[in-house]
Amino acid sequence: MEELRIIHTDLIKETIKKLFCDANYVLTDDMQEAIRQAETRETEVLGKKILGDLLTNMDIAKEQLIPICQDTGMAILFMEIGQDVHITGDNLADAVNEGVREAYIEGYLRKSVVSDPLLRVNTNDNTPAILHTSIVPGNQITIKAAPKGFGSENMSRLFMLKPADGIEGVKKAILSTVLEAGPNACPPFVIGVGIGGDFEKAAIMSKHALTREVGSHSLLPHIAELEEELLEAINRSGIGPAGLGGKTTALAVNIETFATHIAGLPVAVNMCCHVCRHRTAVI
Amino acid sequence: MEYYLTTPLTKEKLADLKAGDYVYISGTIYSARDAAHKRMHEALADGKGLPIDITDVTIYYMGPTPSRDSRPLGSAGPTTSSRMDKYTPELFDLGLSAVIGKGRRADAITQSIVKNHCVYFAAVGGAGALLSQCITGTETVAYDDLGTEAIRKLTVENFPAIVIIDSEGSNLYEDVYAKIPEDLR
Repeated sequence: MEELRIIHTDLIKETIKKLFCDANYVLTDDMQEAIRQAETRETEVLGKKILGDLLTNMDIAKEQLIPICQDTGMAILFMEIGQDVHITGDNLADAVNEGVREAYIEGYLRKSVVSDPLLRVNTNDNTPAILHTSIVPGNQITIKAAPKGFGSENMSRLFMLKPADGIEGVKKAILSTVLEAGPNACPPFVIGVGIGGDFEKAAIMSKHALTREVGSHSLLPHIAELEEELLEAINRSGIGPAGLGGKTTALAVNIETFATHIAGLPVAVNMCCHVCRHRTAVI
Repeated sequence: MEYYLTTPLTKEKLADLKAGDYVYISGTIYSARDAAHKRMHEALADGKGLPIDITDVTIYYMGPTPSRDSRPLGSAGPTTSSRMDKYTPELFDLGLSAVIGKGRRADAITQSIVKNHCVYFAAVGGAGALLSQCITGTETVAYDDLGTEAIRKLTVENFPAIVIIDSEGSNLYEDVYAKIPEDLR
């Protein structure tokens, strides 16, 4: 046990506000570098031009404080809360939503959330957020803010495979999802994959996998190998930047795994566009 | 080929364009996305007119971020076109000549494009900050209550777009798909 720390929800709110603003204006260094390297490597004329446009777009976004993409996303958060933290102030969910509200209103971000999926009336402040919490050792809170656009979210898929489908079935599920996503989901992609767990665990892992640094690999050798093999196969498809042809269809395949049931092999594929946004703070 | 086009994009101006051509559009275009298309569809179903005359009009599937300072708009890139597939053929039949979005479309859209001699363009998805530099004016002309989804009249200067489906039905995306190696399918 560590010493108990008291964290006020005002600090949580302010942190969340800053994370969502920063995420929407400037990509993390690994993403910027991955697109820069892809532009250098790309051999197709149109594909290279598109990647050059994406680099220019990032420069303009940073200099003029215009969001990189007009779809500034639904506000997704992963909060790892140390078990020796005592939260004071507001209700945590209210503080999170207030941080999101202030980010989207004061940060000139788009309000893309409707209050009811069928009645579809815009909430005008991009709330509510989707908050995933976990309790971890320690007396700090790690907050990951990941605004997620729906051009790519709509092309994401969940497969409840059979154990007999094995690794070939997993590869086929991921490849078919990527090929179907094609130009709709704004390649070059980052592809988040969750294998194992159950129905919702696989999906949550696939979303969390998108927050991993591009270029890093799973610590499990057989999964790291699968990530590399799939990235190579996807880039051999020729779909290319913006789906207009080229060798850069994906920048990374990030896979997370979890134990699963003897009868199952869930696979979730969360597609993300080249504007793969996430910011982390530890308070 | 590269073309510099001035609106209105009449069927005559669109006739020479081929899938894969790069164009720079200047003049007036209109933004409309999901909710505005649904309302236009309901207006037509109720026997009411559309809020704008769409003859030879270009619709851009886009919902911007709010403007900072004195800019007309914030980030302004294309949204996925296939969500408008349900509503697009009836608008082409009524005189709409071109649409700008991103992503693949249903076969019914290609058929309607050929029948009406229209064109489907793509702008670069996720390049909203860059594309906003080509938008010099904006005015909300219908459905103001829809916020980002309202219909806006946009003044554009050299707005870059790529011909995806030309008036004869050739399709750049499908050409790319046809080349996917057999072992990946």
